Amino acid sequence: MQRGFSSQLNSSSLRPGELQLSVEHLQLNFGGVTALLGVDLQIRQGEIFAIIGPNGAGKTSLLNCISGLYHPQRGRILFYHNGEHDLTHLRPHQIARLGVARTFQNIELFRHMTVLDNLLAGAHIHMKSNLLASLIYWGMAQREQIQFRRFIEDIIELLEIQAIRNKVVATLPYGLQKRVELGRALALRPAILLLDEPMAGMNTEEKEDMARFILDVNEEYGVTIVLIEHDMGVVMDISDRVAVLNFGQKIAEGTPDEVRNNPLVIEAYLGEEHAALLSRPFSKS
Amino acid sequence: MISGIYYTSYEQDMALRKTPAQRIRLAILILLLLSFPFFASRYYLTLANQIGIAVIGAIGLNILVGYTGQISLGQGAFMAVGAYTAGILTAHYGVPWWASIPVAALFTALVGTFFGLPSLRLKGLYLAIATLAAQVIILWIVTHWKAVTGGVEALVVPTPKLFGVKMNTDFNFYWVIWGTAVLITIMTVNLFRTHYGRAFVAIRDQDIAASVMGIDLFRYKLLAFAISSFVVGLAGALLAHYRTIVNWERFTMDVSVTYLAMIIIGGLGSVTGSYLGAAFMTLLPALITNLGRAMKASFPAIEGLIPFIQLAIFGLVIIIFLIFESEGLNKIWKDIKDYFRLWPFSY
Ligand SMILES: Nc1ncnc2c1ncn2[C@@H]1O[C@H](COP(=O)(O)OP(=O)(O)OP(=O)(O)O)[C@@H](O)[C@H]1O
Ligand SMILES: [Mg+2]
Repeated sequence: MQRGFSSQLNSSSLRPGELQLSVEHLQLNFGGVTALLGVDLQIRQGEIFAIIGPNGAGKTSLLNCISGLYHPQRGRILFYHNGEHDLTHLRPHQIARLGVARTFQNIELFRHMTVLDNLLAGAHIHMKSNLLASLIYWGMAQREQIQFRRFIEDIIELLEIQAIRNKVVATLPYGLQKRVELGRALALRPAILLLDEPMAGMNTEEKEDMARFILDVNEEYGVTIVLIEHDMGVVMDISDRVAVLNFGQKIAEGTPDEVRNNPLVIEAYLGEEHAALLSRPFSKS
Repeated sequence: MISGIYYTSYEQDMALRKTPAQRIRLAILILLLLSFPFFASRYYLTLANQIGIAVIGAIGLNILVGYTGQISLGQGAFMAVGAYTAGILTAHYGVPWWASIPVAALFTALVGTFFGLPSLRLKGLYLAIATLAAQVIILWIVTHWKAVTGGVEALVVPTPKLFGVKMNTDFNFYWVIWGTAVLITIMTVNLFRTHYGRAFVAIRDQDIAASVMGIDLFRYKLLAFAISSFVVGLAGALLAHYRTIVNWERFTMDVSVTYLAMIIIGGLGSVTGSYLGAAFMTLLPALITNLGRAMKASFPAIEGLIPFIQLAIFGLVIIIFLIFESEGLNKIWKDIKDYFRLWPFSY
């Protein structure tokens, strides 16, 4: 398949393997509830980094801290992109402008917009025409919209959603909505892509498609991926490294193999259905 | 859905009117708009002008409420700001009427932005209450700042003239009103083809996701208030020079509610809907009044009841739309178009 992107998809300024995101001693409380307790993570450009853990472990909270929706009480988050940026006290839109894109556990698309408009909205930070030019449209704004339309079409092709590009998102089935949400995040030209359970609620075929798209984005374009996922099969298959959270603490980190055999992890999952999955043999495809 | 039509370039695909039928319809509409004043009676010309001003006001409100999802009950007050600013500039400071209109709109944008500040913390009904405060405060100032606004007595504005020609006749002002309406329509439609408009709609649909996509909620909510109030102020300013009299009673809470009804009935988040709603809400009372007059001979009591009948019908219509056709007249219009697009092969 021809995949000549008319614009660059990955906006990271780093070389593969360089430190991109550093989470240091992160602590987050909601009143009496401790969601995160001294979490440290180091994520490198170009890897697929999975975060797993039982329900309520603090995985989503961690992503929310990174994208600026929650502000931790302690610790800090550093992001490297043309220099060092402390994300800890930035607002979500400022963090997005640095190239941090994400999807949500419960789909948060712009429901009344078409697929095309959702994706175009994802490219918001790159659109430069000012208000006056936009009101006049003819000329500069139109040129810009056409240029981005081309870029969006590349994403549509990558995710194989040509047939639904003019559909209003709310009318689409769940699995396709998840895919559109990935597309919207890609439209931001991420330096790092945070995916919160991108395969939750999907059937096997849909999961395979999604895994393929994630691998494509990572391998072909080198976009760093932080992946929260409950499906251990997928996690073990596609991740380079895995961190395990339990009750807000990181209890293990390493390659899928290391994590799988870690007694602490097995204990954390004991009594859960995942225990069986963890002991399943895997093969990296 | 259009099927069987393929676009060869993105430019074509992104055009607003893609099919010949759409272009023909637009051409007919423009022709109608241009020729209307030449054959319409004065009564219908007045109605057309009222609709034109309502269209501008409704588009303004729709930008804020329908497109951006920020509920406002301050429409009446913002129109008052536009009307009084234009009126005062011309009556007290001798600013030419045509110059006072954009200045008044700009000032309304400023006031609207200020009263939009609570939207940064409040949503939904809470925001509605905050904008209600704007309505109350502004009308209080208007009725009490006697030295400038004339207080509860009406502010008289000099007759607008252009090259010595009296402009506030129904025929002459028709061009001013509808010229402005067309301009505002084009600009609004354009706005929503770009990232500005998309940001507004994104905030309405999912503000958290919008912020995570890099949309500054602060900036864009205030911008929505600014643009919306600019347009609403424009409607107010036009009203001031058209009527040459500015009276606070034209900008009460009722007006805010009527405009909300307009965009709900017409269609939230739609320019066409703003037109349909404005026409509907202007023509319906006129129709009821005419019917009442016609029936006066047989039911003499009816004349005194007309205002109440109007209110009851308004209420009923709004409820019917909320229950049965939440997308408003615009949806019905779309359905009709879709039906005829496939006609005669539809079933
Ligand atoms: N906005 C909030 N207010 C209060 N408590 C919260 C909030 N968000 C998360 N929590 C709490 O923080 C803890 C961690 O929740 P989080 O959503 O991060 O877990 P998770 O690992 O993503 O779980 P799941 O696998 O179910 O998605 C939970 O106890 C949760 O109740
Ligand atoms: Mg979660």
